[in-house]
Amino acid sequence: MTKRVAQSGQGVVEYMQHHLTNLCMGECDPRTHHATGFLSVHVDTLFFAAVAACVLMLIAWRVRRALDPDAPGTLQNIVEMVVEFVSKQVEDTVPGASPVIASLALTILIWVWFMNLFDLLPIDLVPWLGGLIGIHYVRPVPTSDINTGLGLSLTVFALILYYNIKVKGLFGYLKQFLFHPFGRFLIPVNIVMSLIEELSKPLSLALRLFGNMFAGELVFMLIALIGGAAAVGLGLLIWLPAQIALDLAWEIFHLLVVSLQAFIFMVLTIVYLGMAHTGE
Amino acid sequence: MHIDLTLVGQTIAFGLLVWFVHKVLLGPLQTLLSARQKRIADGLAAGERGRHELELAHQRAAEVLRSAKATAERIVAEAERHRARVIEEAGAQAKVEGERWLAAARAEFDQEVRRTKEGLRAQVGRLALAGAEKILRQEVDHTVHVKLLAQLESSL
Repeated sequence: MTKRVAQSGQGVVEYMQHHLTNLCMGECDPRTHHATGFLSVHVDTLFFAAVAACVLMLIAWRVRRALDPDAPGTLQNIVEMVVEFVSKQVEDTVPGASPVIASLALTILIWVWFMNLFDLLPIDLVPWLGGLIGIHYVRPVPTSDINTGLGLSLTVFALILYYNIKVKGLFGYLKQFLFHPFGRFLIPVNIVMSLIEELSKPLSLALRLFGNMFAGELVFMLIALIGGAAAVGLGLLIWLPAQIALDLAWEIFHLLVVSLQAFIFMVLTIVYLGMAHTGE
Repeated sequence: MHIDLTLVGQTIAFGLLVWFVHKVLLGPLQTLLSARQKRIADGLAAGERGRHELELAHQRAAEVLRSAKATAERIVAEAERHRARVIEEAGAQAKVEGERWLAAARAEFDQEVRRTKEGLRAQVGRLALAGAEKILRQEVDHTVHVKLLAQLESSL
């Protein structure tokens, strides 16, 4: 009995570890398939991010091709709505901002949202399909890979630095580090505080998205394990409906989460860039 | 949670995607949106202007109508007055004419009466003279009688 529980426990761990392992190429551990150095690539992350990007590009291209000022089609209407929404957010937070910021915000919102949406696919579907074509480790949600969030947030961070220096000048920006929270009598503390404040921006952006999507994936796995852990038999009559109900509930809740996370990433990007413009 | 080259890949992909979205979607769309916004604003302004002009035209029309009515009333009043004056003048003229005619008729009548009287007087004188002549055919002084008769005639 104990042995069976232990075995099934091991099976659970194995299942989850398997589902949390990226398809690694380059410097990877041949046994665990985890990356060991910097010179490795998570092919699945890049692939599904590219798929999401291609969808976005396809939509952009189709709207561009059929752009009609007088009789907009359905797709153009939707895109216009989103663009106006994002532009308004940018305009409200950073008045007179460069149009690039609106493009950045729009790209973050839609791309992150599309990438998050892969989380709503059945948790076993993509790994199973991968298994069919001989790929044994696939994680279909690029945003549950820290590299994606960090890639976005570091780009945003670079823009934060760029606009800070552009608007305030290099010395104006450095002065903010010296005198920022506590005035001129606590310069060492100010430097530390400001550094933490600045560095926490990209880190919190990346970790928030990563954490939410990772946790969402994890919960989907646990729910998937409910039915799987039950032996074939009468227990399944209870556990399978429970699994379906829970999965549906989490799916619906997660629909909100993935949209919200994309929105939050965008809004915080705009806010940070706005702060870079005003120095507040 | 392992940071590797995927980060670089995702960063590059992100940069390219922002560039693409900016070039293909947001740039043209924002141009279109602002053009449409301007057109709508222009249309609304034109509508407002048209409404204003219509109001002005209404006012002007009312004014024209009012002044036309006033002119018409003045003309009618003038005509009325003119008519009264013409009637009055005609009446007065007719009266004067009538009086003139009356006077003329009267004068003619008077003259006729006078002429008739004179004729009658002369006839009566002659008759009296003839009578007296007959009576006094044998009488003395013919000249005295004539003188007397003349006297008599003038006293008639």
